[in-house]
Amino acid sequence: MAVQAKQDDRHFAEIVFRDQQLCIDPRGCLYWPQERLLVVSDLHLEKGSSFAMRRNQFLPPYDTQATLELLALCIDDWRPETVLSLGDSFHDLNASLRLPQSYRLALQQLMAGREWLWVCGNHDPQPPKDLGGTFCSEIFIGALNFIHEPGVDFRHGEIAGHLHPSAKIRRRGKTVRRRCVAGDQNRLIMPAFGTFTGGLNIKDEAYKGLFDKTHLRAWMLSNSEVYEIPDKQLVF
Amino acid sequence: MSEQVLTSSGDENLPFFLPELFENWFSGHCWQPRAHQLELLARAQAGHSTLLIAPTGAGKTLAGFLPSLVELTQMKRPQPGERKRGIHTLYISPLKALAVDIKRNLETPISEMGLNIEIETRTGDTPPSRRQRQKLNPPQILLTTPEQLALLIANKDAEQFFENLDTVIFDELHSLVISKRGHLLALGLARLRSFRPNMKTIGLSATVAEPDELRRWLVTQPSTGEIKLSEFVHLQGGAKPQISILQSEERIPWSGHSARYAMPEVYKAISAHKTTLLFVNTRSQAELLFQELWNINEEALPIAIHHGSLDVGRRRRVEEAMQRNELRAIVATSTLDLGIDWGDVDLVIHVGAPKGASRLAQRIGRANHRIEDPSKAILVPANRFEVMECQAALDANYFGAQDTPPLVSGSLDVLAQHVLGTACAGPFDADKLFSEVTSSAPYAGLKRERFEQIIQYVATGGYALRTYEQYARIRKTVDGLWRLSHPSIAQRYRLNCGTIIEAPMLEVRLTRKRGKNAAFQGGPVLGKIEEGFVEALVPGDTFIFSGQTLRLEGIREASCYVSKAQESDPKIPSYMGGKFPLSTYLADQVRKLLADPSEWKRLPKQVSEWLDIQRLKSVLPKQDQLLVETFPRGDRFYLVAYPFEGRLAHQTLGMLLTRRLERARARPLGFVATDYALAVWGLKDFAAMMRKGELSLEYLFDEDMLGDDLETWLDESFLLKRTFRSCATIAGLIERRFPGKEKTGRQMTVSSDLIYDVLRSHEPDHILLQATRTDAARGLLDVRRLGEMLSRTKQRIVHKNLEQISPLAVPVMMEIGKESIAGEAQESLLEEAAAELKGID
Repeated sequence: MAVQAKQDDRHFAEIVFRDQQLCIDPRGCLYWPQERLLVVSDLHLEKGSSFAMRRNQFLPPYDTQATLELLALCIDDWRPETVLSLGDSFHDLNASLRLPQSYRLALQQLMAGREWLWVCGNHDPQPPKDLGGTFCSEIFIGALNFIHEPGVDFRHGEIAGHLHPSAKIRRRGKTVRRRCVAGDQNRLIMPAFGTFTGGLNIKDEAYKGLFDKTHLRAWMLSNSEVYEIPDKQLVF
Repeated sequence: MSEQVLTSSGDENLPFFLPELFENWFSGHCWQPRAHQLELLARAQAGHSTLLIAPTGAGKTLAGFLPSLVELTQMKRPQPGERKRGIHTLYISPLKALAVDIKRNLETPISEMGLNIEIETRTGDTPPSRRQRQKLNPPQILLTTPEQLALLIANKDAEQFFENLDTVIFDELHSLVISKRGHLLALGLARLRSFRPNMKTIGLSATVAEPDELRRWLVTQPSTGEIKLSEFVHLQGGAKPQISILQSEERIPWSGHSARYAMPEVYKAISAHKTTLLFVNTRSQAELLFQELWNINEEALPIAIHHGSLDVGRRRRVEEAMQRNELRAIVATSTLDLGIDWGDVDLVIHVGAPKGASRLAQRIGRANHRIEDPSKAILVPANRFEVMECQAALDANYFGAQDTPPLVSGSLDVLAQHVLGTACAGPFDADKLFSEVTSSAPYAGLKRERFEQIIQYVATGGYALRTYEQYARIRKTVDGLWRLSHPSIAQRYRLNCGTIIEAPMLEVRLTRKRGKNAAFQGGPVLGKIEEGFVEALVPGDTFIFSGQTLRLEGIREASCYVSKAQESDPKIPSYMGGKFPLSTYLADQVRKLLADPSEWKRLPKQVSEWLDIQRLKSVLPKQDQLLVETFPRGDRFYLVAYPFEGRLAHQTLGMLLTRRLERARARPLGFVATDYALAVWGLKDFAAMMRKGELSLEYLFDEDMLGDDLETWLDESFLLKRTFRSCATIAGLIERRFPGKEKTGRQMTVSSDLIYDVLRSHEPDHILLQATRTDAARGLLDVRRLGEMLSRTKQRIVHKNLEQISPLAVPVMMEIGKESIAGEAQESLLEEAAAELKGID
């Protein structure tokens, strides 16, 4: 019987990517111990209010709060020197302006005392207003290259987001679908961290040409565990 | 002719007026107007709303339309230049096909009497150009469905469109009122009444347990809380159907639902009759049996298949062939249900358990639509428990018992949709709308406070955190009226209106090439299939659809591409389990049959022998007892209970029992539920624990499990998420998907789950979560039935500890492995997949 995972039961996965040791946290973030760097992607803050504004559709207005709370827990556990938000941090260009004061304060609290890097994404091509942090289109740190959108032409050692990867396995007639970190020996794609973000199966056309199939893996995320699954076990 | 009894409410000698033209038409056919038709005519002419209950074939439809036909012929034709009078009679049916059928049936008397009356249908299939024209130039009689009515009244011109409405006829009212569709329809009716306070309603229904509920539904309920009823005309009796259970020479299986074993005998019956309707409970069962029949169709009899997933064109061709009497048999699911006339059917065969006696009565009414002749039907049970269920249903039919579910109070999500729809038609006053809404029977008990919450929900989502005020959909303006804030909201409403939330469906498209060369665009459409079913397949898997074996090539967007399979045996058995739970009444009859060996002689020999062995090896519970058996098998220990309360109630019970066993450290591993029984297994010897006093059945089956345990489990349950998705769609929180345009159903499921999680942790009392819990408790989980069962069997649990499995336990034990509980086992599947990788590395 499945038991709800307790906080301290959580296990992260250690992987080696381009000779760097990285930790995949089942909550959907990545930690790089050598650089004391925490990476999250696709926060999509204020997605709820974006729906309200554009389509009069009223999703629960708690998504930003929930995303920031989870981010706070991760920061609290890993105590990084640098936090890197890998694009689509805000759901639209005005989202940082709409950010209610209490969330703005909460975010600023998280940013205080550490370096904060905003990588631009297709949803947020401009820097967030009055929040600080460093804004850039991509960043090189050591052997790794952080960019929002993965492209067919890329430098080995790329870590990207954008696609919200999820993976599915099928066993004994049942399927299980989870968010995942997808990657081969040259590139990793991070799952979306935001509360209201769905997933796109890594067998979808959109991933065509991005990976070397023979080395492709999905690190599927559950409440407390990270499961490394090879490509041949994955289904669409 | 067998005896019929007519009873009516109110004045017995109400006068009626039937013009000579009509009298002549009746006598020209050597007919006489029937007494119940005239009673209804008299009541309608006196301006009363009336419920007519009559058996199938009693001329119910004509009875319902007679008052309108008479009145319309008495009205003066409008002079040239005068404005047309608009819709006089609105007819609402639960099925599109029924509306089309009724039009055909009415055209005969109208043309034979030379009446100048326009009748038109308006359904989802009606082309936009005709809808447009209907608005400008409406017919006198409009035949439509509940969804179309909701759209019509959400229109700006609704009041003008219905300004001359005189009568609303509800066909098959018993089936309309039991769902959320019925709630939306009741609200629509209240709206129509606010336009035309003096209009009358006519309800046509098959026999129901509580006619007063329907009588109440038809009329305005006063705000004082008293109950008002419509007039009532009730025709009982008619020929008793001749129903038998198939006496099979073959071995009846322990479990399963396919009834393949009986197909040779079914085929013999088909070839001995003119036209047979073969009813099954699910689409995939229809596919399977259709193929089986063709495999043995040596005489090449024209046998066709008809179910809701098939392409419309294919369905229409089958229906037309049926009417021309070109078919010998048709394998069908519920799409052919209800009162549609299809040619000269002289035999109805019902495969599988009938699940609910009234459904059975309805289906058997299909054969021989003339009331004087008895209908002929054969029941084909698919397994041994179904044999007992069929026997019980047979008894129920003879006694005329009906077990339609009791009506429930109106759903809040439906109300939210209606409030927005009302705003789309024009500004509304909240007080007036509240009294209008509470004048309908389902919402008569609605509290004002709840209504306010719904208005807030419609306006800005109804969250405690009021962040969406500036984007409100409706706003209260200085004149105190609520107005739509933007016309685009009305457009969106029209796309999302309705209460039927179907499982996401994929189009099945045929592609010629297979494997790597398969083309993933174009190709003929064979029909639609549940996404959930296809999702569990991988390319190369074969399954039956549309009467042929198909090979899955791949899924692209909203289509699944298939090729014709060379092999005839599908790899994937497609049966997805029974859709309908065993009704309370029937369950009671089955328990009674089980408890009384003197009744077993009516059962087939192999079944009565099976029960005899059970009596020898274990015990048979009395009608009011709950039998619980425990036994070891392999390295596990089993607990099997036999509540006979239907799969849903058993699933809920199984979830709660495993929780309790876990708390008692009995280390349960899983459970499986059928319509009749429930098996839980685990690592510790349950019986030994009971002997040592570490576990007691009284504790396990205590009623209080429906309190906190249920709450806790519910909140985590995937069932609740599914229910939430449907509530949130009906209430307009999330939008429906549209083929090719919007996100796929798969992504919608994900996002509604995410919304559910966020809402639950931040605002657990939100109005939509309240609506979801109410829905889940009475629908998916059957909590009411479970509660009744637990309180009924208190102190009446019979425990039998056995060395080995009992005969009665075999069917449920055979289900183990075929299915497990979704949600729970996922983690272990992932573990397995990951472990394999480590093995390789």
